[in-house]
Amino acid sequence: MSSETVTIPRSSWLLLHAVAVFAFLYLPIAVLILYSFNGEGVGGFPPHHLTLDWYRTLFADGPIWDSVLNSLQVAFAAMVISLAFGVPAALALDRAQFPGKALFRRLVLLPLILPGIITGLSLLMLFNLTGTRLSLLTIMLGHGTALISVATTEVFAGLQKLDRAQEEASLDLGANYWQTFWRITVPNLKLPIVGAALLIFTLSMDEIAVSFFLIGRDNTLPLEIWGRLRRGITPEINAISTVIFIFSLVAIVFWYRLRVRAEGSADVMAELSEPTSP
Amino acid sequence: MASISTSGVSSGAEPNSIRASLLSIRNVAKSFGRNAVLRNISLEIAEGEFLTILGESGSGKTTLLRIVAGFESASAGELWMGEERLDRQPPYRRRVNTVFQSYALFPHLTVEQNVGYGLRVAKRPDAEIVSRVAEALDKVKMTPHAKSKPSKISGGQQQRVALARALVNRPRLLLLDEPLSALDANLRRQMQVELKSLQREVGIAFVFVTHDQEEAMVMSDRIALLRSGELEQVATPREIYSRPATAYVAQFIGHTNLLKGEVRGGVARCTSLSWPAKFPDGPALFSLRPENIRLVAAGRTGDAGSVRLRGKVLHRAFHGATELIGVEAGDGLVLVVRTSGSAAQDTVELEFSPDDAVPVRESPGRV
Repeated sequence: MSSETVTIPRSSWLLLHAVAVFAFLYLPIAVLILYSFNGEGVGGFPPHHLTLDWYRTLFADGPIWDSVLNSLQVAFAAMVISLAFGVPAALALDRAQFPGKALFRRLVLLPLILPGIITGLSLLMLFNLTGTRLSLLTIMLGHGTALISVATTEVFAGLQKLDRAQEEASLDLGANYWQTFWRITVPNLKLPIVGAALLIFTLSMDEIAVSFFLIGRDNTLPLEIWGRLRRGITPEINAISTVIFIFSLVAIVFWYRLRVRAEGSADVMAELSEPTSP
Repeated sequence: MASISTSGVSSGAEPNSIRASLLSIRNVAKSFGRNAVLRNISLEIAEGEFLTILGESGSGKTTLLRIVAGFESASAGELWMGEERLDRQPPYRRRVNTVFQSYALFPHLTVEQNVGYGLRVAKRPDAEIVSRVAEALDKVKMTPHAKSKPSKISGGQQQRVALARALVNRPRLLLLDEPLSALDANLRRQMQVELKSLQREVGIAFVFVTHDQEEAMVMSDRIALLRSGELEQVATPREIYSRPATAYVAQFIGHTNLLKGEVRGGVARCTSLSWPAKFPDGPALFSLRPENIRLVAAGRTGDAGSVRLRGKVLHRAFHGATELIGVEAGDGLVLVVRTSGSAAQDTVELEFSPDDAVPVRESPGRV
């Protein structure tokens, strides 16, 4: 029975289907990038007069770069805040036994499924109540709190894979709990922590819902783009989108290489081909 | 006979009493919830001895080791190392090191850094760390792999690194949790010999946990046999083999014949057999090793005072140098006999010396 190989008849429909799906996923991105080089604006097919003008306009555009800088600051702060709270929460969930642990776990992970509107609105009401002026700081706090759950889940998953005997070996060899944490636990958690940091950074960079409620006078990049789109679309937007796309690509490649170095390519490939657990 | 009870006198007869006691385990018990894993364990570990804690899986041997190392706390009882109450100290303050079953090498550190870990956290001077690490690696023949990561070396090599990592700290006691179980049979035998000679060389007391009775016999100065959380017997391998205290010990270590009978008026009786025995009257259980039963050539008279019997050969099992034969000796009694030659006949005459029928306590519960 088991030696029998089941052959699925090759169907041209399958190929067609695959092409359609990939086109649906990637064609808009390709078009977006293509039209950032189009001399005649976003309309017209096929594109005419290939030019780098839109990139020149983009690099001379002060407000855009201000918003990029704002977004970077927000993303960095969100990363620090959510890791500072998320890592201890993950450690508590993995190691500590305390009453109400199940409730604690749900409360920590809830923002993961909570719509951004709820998070944004509730924080807005809180800031109103306390009389806090909306600024980049409020967005940082908003992103930071909303993304703690991401840090917790990522690091918790890493802790679950950790070999506890290593920590025991460290204690056995004379390192106290604190030394063991810094010398053994943290180096072994490097990958999940860096992964969480990258994820939080990118999630914060393109976050709109929470930012929308908490925005002060300084725009983040997604909100700046959003604001400009309402005044009409220009290829400059395509140009900034292309830049973002390239940065994301670089980040993904960086992350992949880091994992390959740490775990060996075979493991990474195996994990990438595994269906991700919820 | 009236016996005078001398209360307060320790009954732990120590065969190695010349050596000073290093670690004293006193009435240690451990339970996880309602599940009692260890019950009232008292054990003295002598300076420089090789003690093996032998038991089946689930006998509590690893738990006992983890209590000594400090990874588990005992539910009751005390650990003393000299004047120091050990069980109140965290693992990192105990002069006890462990070789883990999984080795637990640090994957992000090189072999050298793994071995130097204990010295580094103890903030020893750099020069001392370098020389002691080099010495330890040399001792386990791992110098060529000093710069490798643990994932790049074989299981046997990882084992040596784990050993060096523990010994470099010069502990007073080294705990080894089934360190050879992951190795294949040949490497395992080789490591048994190496480990034993290493222990002699460094002179540190080893407490070795295993479920393999042969390994325990080969390596140990003394064996502590643990069964369902209780110590059955603590003795030298020779003694535990030739004078097992309980039926369980007799069966767990090597082959044996258990003869169930009774003693009356200085005579032991089991089915049709009888022999003089200086034990109090009552039901009795005797352990008789297969090699202590001899084949007697038909017609010849055996040794004076030995117990003679005749039986039919039921089955044979070839073991290389020896052969184990099962002999039906009448009244449903089947004796396993170890012979060196090939006994081709169907009916054999056997004899054994009454001294070799060792009285053992019945082991309650499952056997």
